Amino acid sequence: MTQLQARGLVRSYGPTPALRGITMEVAEGEIVAVTGPSGCGKSTLLHCLAGILRPDAGEVAWRGHRIDTWSEAARSRLRRTEFGVLFQFGQLVAELTAAENVALPLLLAGTGRRAARTAALTWLDRFGVAELADVRPGEMSGGQQQRCATARALVTEPRVLFADEPTGSLDTLTGEQVLTQLVRLAREQRTTVVLITHEPRIAAYADREIVLRDGVIDHTGLGLDAAPVTGGVR
Amino acid sequence: MSTPHVLLGLLAGGTKHGYDLKRAHDERLPQARPLAYGQVYATLGRLVRDGLVAPAGQERLAGPDRTAYALTEEGRDALDLWLSTVEPPMPHVNSTLFAKVVVALLVADVTRARTYLIAQRRAHTDRLRELTALKTNPTATVDDVVAADYAIAHLDADLRWLHTTLDRVADWHREVHR
Ligand SMILES: Nc1ncnc2c1ncn2[C@@H]1O[C@H](COP(=O)(O)OP(=O)(O)OP(=O)(O)O)[C@@H](O)[C@H]1O
Ligand SMILES: [Mg+2]
Repeated sequence: MTQLQARGLVRSYGPTPALRGITMEVAEGEIVAVTGPSGCGKSTLLHCLAGILRPDAGEVAWRGHRIDTWSEAARSRLRRTEFGVLFQFGQLVAELTAAENVALPLLLAGTGRRAARTAALTWLDRFGVAELADVRPGEMSGGQQQRCATARALVTEPRVLFADEPTGSLDTLTGEQVLTQLVRLAREQRTTVVLITHEPRIAAYADREIVLRDGVIDHTGLGLDAAPVTGGVR
Repeated sequence: MSTPHVLLGLLAGGTKHGYDLKRAHDERLPQARPLAYGQVYATLGRLVRDGLVAPAGQERLAGPDRTAYALTEEGRDALDLWLSTVEPPMPHVNSTLFAKVVVALLVADVTRARTYLIAQRRAHTDRLRELTALKTNPTATVDDVVAADYAIAHLDADLRWLHTTLDRVADWHREVHR
């Protein structure tokens, strides 16, 4: 079944066009990498697909329901219950411990305290940071924070995970460990993943790669259309 | 790759038959081209001739393939020397991939070079994905992971080069044909 669908997405920031007509689909359980040079519109696309931003034109559908026309409240509920979002710098709540951070999405969704804590501990353990349960982000390394943030993004067992450069701030080995575990769990739970990256080796974790260039999908994957052709010059 | 030194290394832990050597080689270097038996025995023959390895054990009567081999004193020295010698870091750019782009620009136009770069990028990306799947498979051994890592790092570097060269190819062609 199609999990996400975008048709003719257009989005500008003032006079700056960020997306200039994106049409794409992501199947249930599929892991798709979105790549392309800096400024090509990757984050804007992710925000539109996740219902954080509204496109100026075009449609976004989740499991066949058009969501871009929904109210902010309805979209925000969708993000709490069905989607998980993960950014480059984990964005944990500084005042809360790791376990409280991870439990937070469950509490917001109405899960009881005890059950939320138990689930949080399970997910921290899956990312190898169970011993940090009662530690606050300020006392953790970047890699540890990102493991907690990944646990938090998956604790609600979302149908779709949106990850924007999730390992961009980590060293190669740490990034790889986080990503390997993320992909393994996503596959186990048939979670659909939209993974943004500009690194080929990260994109290789996905089933498929969508390459953006100047706000559109670059079908050659190499910017052939955008590059000047000067063949025949002698 | 220096197969003689790899065989010396595999013999450092104790006497082995040619068959064991082949198996150990393929297991420790999982992404290398598997060794053919002929190659194992030819290499052992040269190592014996040079006094780095000697036949050992009483099974010689049963035929050459049953002979066990052991590292000699000289063999151990040769192995130590090899292990303590730093490899020259890329003294020459001897890549066929690189040469092909150069030649494409010489004999044809930018489009030809670009078409090649795009096809090569696709092949590299497919292989990168294949190796990533292999190494993230829960049954992967550390041998598998380390070997895959080596190939992944090199493919990743090639892909970066393919990307930047694609952006430079028009300028490059102009300069070549000035
Ligand atoms: N909040 C904003 N206000 C104004 N312009 C913006 C804003 N966010 C993005 N842009 C512009 O929109 C375009 C696409 O930006 P976007 O962040 O989607 O790119 P990206 O592919 O995620 O880049 P990067 O790899 O650097 O994160 C860029 O030209 C950028 O300058
Ligand atoms: Mg971005």
